[in-house]
This record gives sequence, structure tokens and C-alpha cells, in this order.
Amino acid sequence: MADTIVKVGLGSCGIAAGALDVFNHLDKDITDRNIFKLHQTSCIGLCFAEPIVEVHSSEGRTVYGNVDIKLADRIVEGIAKGDLPSENRVLEDKNAVKYLKRQVKFALKNCGIIDPESIDEYIERDGYKALKKAVTEMKSDEIIEVMKESGLKGRGGAGFLTGQKWAFLKAAKKDKKYLVCNADEGDPGAFMDRAILEGDPHNVIEGMAIAAYTTGASEGYIYCRAEYPLAVKRLIKAIKDAESRNFLGKNILGTDFSFDLHIKEGAGAFVCGEETALIASIEGGRGMPHLRPPFPAESGINNLPTNINNVETYANVSNIIYNGAESFNIYQSGGSYGTKVFALAGKIKNVGLVEVPMGLTIREVVEEIGGGSSTGKKLKAVQMGGPAGGCIPESLFDTPITYDAINATGAIMGSGGMIVMDETSCMVDVARYFLQFTQQESCGKCTFCRIGTKRMLEILTRITEGNGTLADIDLLESLSGHVGKTSLCGLGQLAPNPVKTTLKYFRNEYLAHVNEKKCPAGVCRSLIEIKINAEKCTGCTACVRVCPVNAISGERKQPHIIDSDKCTRCGMCIEKCRFEAIDRL
Amino acid sequence: MGHCCCDGLKTEAEEILGITGIGKEKTIPILQEIQKRKGYIPEDLLKRISELTGIPESSFYGVATFYSQFRFTPLGKYLIRVCNGTACFVSGADIIYDTLSELLGVANGETTKDGLFTLETVACLGCCSLAPVVMINGRVYGKQSVDSIRKLVGKIREEDKQAAGEGV
Repeated sequence: MADTIVKVGLGSCGIAAGALDVFNHLDKDITDRNIFKLHQTSCIGLCFAEPIVEVHSSEGRTVYGNVDIKLADRIVEGIAKGDLPSENRVLEDKNAVKYLKRQVKFALKNCGIIDPESIDEYIERDGYKALKKAVTEMKSDEIIEVMKESGLKGRGGAGFLTGQKWAFLKAAKKDKKYLVCNADEGDPGAFMDRAILEGDPHNVIEGMAIAAYTTGASEGYIYCRAEYPLAVKRLIKAIKDAESRNFLGKNILGTDFSFDLHIKEGAGAFVCGEETALIASIEGGRGMPHLRPPFPAESGINNLPTNINNVETYANVSNIIYNGAESFNIYQSGGSYGTKVFALAGKIKNVGLVEVPMGLTIREVVEEIGGGSSTGKKLKAVQMGGPAGGCIPESLFDTPITYDAINATGAIMGSGGMIVMDETSCMVDVARYFLQFTQQESCGKCTFCRIGTKRMLEILTRITEGNGTLADIDLLESLSGHVGKTSLCGLGQLAPNPVKTTLKYFRNEYLAHVNEKKCPAGVCRSLIEIKINAEKCTGCTACVRVCPVNAISGERKQPHIIDSDKCTRCGMCIEKCRFEAIDRL
Repeated sequence: MGHCCCDGLKTEAEEILGITGIGKEKTIPILQEIQKRKGYIPEDLLKRISELTGIPESSFYGVATFYSQFRFTPLGKYLIRVCNGTACFVSGADIIYDTLSELLGVANGETTKDGLFTLETVACLGCCSLAPVVMINGRVYGKQSVDSIRKLVGKIREEDKQAAGEGV
């Protein structure tokens, strides 16, 4: 009993779902009764079941999902009596078993298992053994070979072979070289990097240290998005702890290899995810990209050679070096190797963080792991790659997840955002949403990106408001080509992707908006009207209370009326009405 | 501006630079430290810092206006950030925003006249499993609806009034 351990998942999502309240509550119980040890861990990836509490006892491991204070109390009772409650056991739930079954965890190997603030727990799970192996047993050329053989490609989205990138920096003949971890995760709907940084910061640090040893870099930066305060806090502690154990700093593990690591907090600019813009930002300026070449491996921070990899890329390194390239490239499909982490969200049952081997199909991820539609409505598309990516229609859900196959659809692998949409999403509106994002985030350097995206957004807005013409669709297509071709960096080059893919796969929706002035999904507010059916309305006033703009009026127990001028067509009243008396026309 | 006030500013500027260090590469950390203390970037303080660092004010403004984190007007007591990430977008983030905008009588980036609330949208808070999400003074509130967000604002107003009452 006394050796029972209770772990509470304290990632950002878990905390938002109430895990900290549960943790604090259990904390009180411990001081009162001293019957178990309380530990914190991070995101286990089962976001749909947060808050999550895990009990390790003589019975084995029991994971509870959706834990509130009441259930926490029952768990404590159960530990005291040696009889754990049988409800809310996540791992015995058929749905969750399916969720976990198809996954393979490399980058997420420790997430949700160890206390991310404890370097000892990381070391217990073979932590820093790969670094030790690298600096004491391996030459840098050997490491580059292993990395190349593993087939690991940059997980930030561009998909460049990591071993090759390291070889470029190693070849640079300068006394000082820099290493950067790109943790400026700006794609809306993506939280892979945050989960890794919050859940296993030492794994990223170890990957960076190995890269620094291999390439000859002596100083490094983790450029972390400002909206991730918990990740920054845990990184600061992890770097300090790693320094105190001599995994960072001078003469690492008794060798002549030294590496200092710092954190730079971003200040909110999506374009800084682009490597040359990120460098400009680290140097203290406006984060605007510049023309390559020279590539950062030649001229990066302070005009010195610099290598930049993404969080997930570094998180894969320790496993590859410690267990060999085969442990990773054993999972392969169509020229892509290893695993990819996805943030699975949108209209599916199991929203969460998943790591899947290359070659699984989108359908397997969405339906088996994701559990299918959460609304009961038909799924329509999945959006991959964020604002630079595209919408893949349901008819192509059997596409395998590999860099080439995803690119062939017009979307991109991207950093790993995967948003599932059902038939209540309007694809023209989705395109408008992403264009609005890229338009706002354009740094303004290239004319077509600055003005072209603005004109594209205006056209899309016009179409969603019912004022579009067929000529607008042609103009949108030609602008898409020009913006892509004449922009310097990935932001502009890929900005038209959401428009191009929706035009390719959902052209009929554009045509319905233009020709019939109708939004088939019933989303575009200018094209729909919401009316109360006076015969069905009982005057219960439920709709009045829910209307965000006070557009509904009427006497109690009398039919109500919606003021069409005030109404924003949000549809809240329709959801609230128990008598099906409100129609969307 | 009175003399003593300028001295106060100078002390504060020196304190900030003591933490961040001086240099062009410290531009963003300096701005972040100012905003951490003040909630925004005050013109007079930035002028002092410019004098002490030798970095022109225009450089500071160039950087500060580029990044969405920095603001030039004081914040309300409660900063409400409505997540507009993709998952929140498909789950009705616009309705949550409209409700708040109507309720508080402010648009994106504005502060209520009583100085209590600032409303803004944010690209993504990364809590997609809880969509739609709002963050109020750093705390995330998930699975919001028109009902729940109205109640939440009402509760904050109530608690704030009570706290003010106790203060007197």
C-alpha cells in the first residue's frame, strides 16, 4: 500500500481540463493519510480522457480517465482498502485500446510516463545513455551515417534528411557554430512540440547535445513559442539539471566537447518558424526571411554556420543513436521512415496526440485511432499541414501517410496538425480561415505574398458573402499560382495550398456559393437565414437566453421572433431548442 | 513631466537592462521585460531605455510592431484571449468571440471603459481537445458555450466587485 504510486498528468491540456485541481486535492490526502506517493507526469496523449490519474500498485497499472474530485476520493478509498474502483478505467475501454494499439512511440517514448521535471526519472529510462555512447564511443562521421541510415527527415514539415543537414554543418569550416531547436510551433491546431517539451524536455536536450557533438556546434538555442509558458518553465529546469550532471556545459562527460544551451522566447510571429526568419529573430530584429543561399549551414546566426531542426526531429535522435538506425527505419513505407507525431483534433471522438508508423492510412488514423466522427455526422475532409497544408477529402482517406503520398494530394505532411472536419464545415469558409491567417502573418517582404494574399482573402470573403462571380474563381486560381511562385519563403509559397486543395476537391461548394448563392454546409452567415416556426414554438424562452446578440424576442408562452438584422446566424438557438421549432434556411 | 518622475523612469530602465543585458540581440528580451512589468510598452520608458542602450527608438518600434505579443496601450485587469486555432474554429470559436464582443462592448484588441476586460483573439493555444477554448489571465477554460462564457464573465465581475468591496 505504501509503495503505491499515483501519477497525475499535468500537461497544459490536462491542467486546462482540471488536472491541477485533482492533483492538489490528492496532495492534501497524502499529508493527511500517507498511503501513497504522488507524482506528476505530462501528456500521455489521451487528451479526450483528461484529467488522467494513474495508479501503480500491487494490482499493476490502472489508468483512470475523466477524473473529478469525487472519483479521486474513491480512488484514494480504493487504495486504502486494496480495492480500486472499476469505473472510468481508460485502458480497459475498447475505444482507448484501439487508440493505443496502432501507435509506436519514439519521440513520445517518455511522455506521460515520467515526471518531466525529474532528470533522475529520465535517466532511469536509459536517458543520456545515447549521449554517452556518442561522445565516448562514436566518431561524428559514424553518427552522421547512422542518422542518414535511419532515414529520419525533418519533422517540422520540409522533410529534409536530418543526417545530411548535420553533414553540411559539420563541413562548415568556422571556429564557432550554432545549433537551434525550432520550437516556434505556430500552426493553429498543432500541439505536438508543446507536448514533447512539456512531457520530456531532456529527450530534446539530449538530441541537441548529440547533434552539437556531431556537427561541432558549441552554442545552442531553443526558440520557443511565447504562448507555451509551461514548456519554457520545464525547459529552464531541465537545462539547469542537465548542466549540473555535466550533460551540458564544459567538458561534457569528461570529454573535450562543450555545449551551452539557452532558451529564446518568441514574441508571436508565425513566419519565425521559417529558418532564416527565426535567425533574424534570435539576432534581435524583425523576423523576416532572406533569400537562400546562403543556407544557414553556411551563414546563420551572426553570419556563422547554424543548423536548425524541429523539436520532434531532435526527440527522435536519442533512440536512433542508442538503439541503432534499424530500430527506426524498420517502420518504412514509400521512402518515408520511422514514425510521425500528429495532433489529432476536430470532429472525432478521440482527440489527442498520436505517434504512428509511416504507411498507416489516413482512414486508419481517423477511424481506428480517432474513433470516427464525434458528431454522428459524415466526415468530409481532414486538414493536414496547417495554413501551408491542404484539405484531403474523405474519398482519399486510404492515402498512406508518407511524405510523397501526402504531397501528391496537394496537402503536406507539415509539422503534424490533423484536423478532422464533418459535413458542418464549409470548405470555402475553411479556405478563407487559413488565408486570413497567412495574410495576417505575412511579413510583407514579398509583394505577391503581401498583396496577393490580401486580394485572395477579399475574393474568398466575397464568395462566402454571396457576392462572388465565376470570374472570381478563375482569378483565385491564377493568383494562387503567382503567390506560390513569387514568394521567398515557405509561408508565401504554400499559402495558396488551402485554396488550391479546396478548389480541387470541393469545387462544387464554391460553385454553389457563386451560382446559387447557397452555402451547402449552412455555415456562411450571409447565405442563410434562421427563422422560428410559429406553429412549433412553445415560447419556452430557451432560445432568448442563449442568443449571444439578443436578437430573439417574444412573450413567454407565445411564439418568438428573430430579428434578422441583429441575428448573426450562429445557430446556438437551433441547438438549444427542444421542439425543433427553429430552422436554418 | 516632473523631474522626479524621470528619475523613477531611469531607475526602472536601469533595472530592466540589469536583468536583460544590453545589445541589439537583447531587443526582444528587453521589450518582453518591459511588457512583463507594465502590461504594455509605455512610450516614456522606451525612450529612456533607448537613451541608455544607444539602440534607436525606431529600432525598438520596428521590432515591437512586428511581433503580435507587444501592445502599446494598457491592458484591462482581465485579459480574455479567444483561441482561433483550427480545432476551435470548426467548433464555433467565432460564436464565443461574438458573444464576448457583444457582452463587453469591445472589439478585438480593445479594453472595456472600466478597465476590467481586454478582449483579443489568439492564433492557437494548443488545447485542441478542449475546443472551443478561452484563456483568462493565463488560465484555460475549455469546451465553452454561449451560456458558460456569459456565466464566467458574470462570475469574474461579481468576484471583482466583492474583492473591491473588501478592499474598502
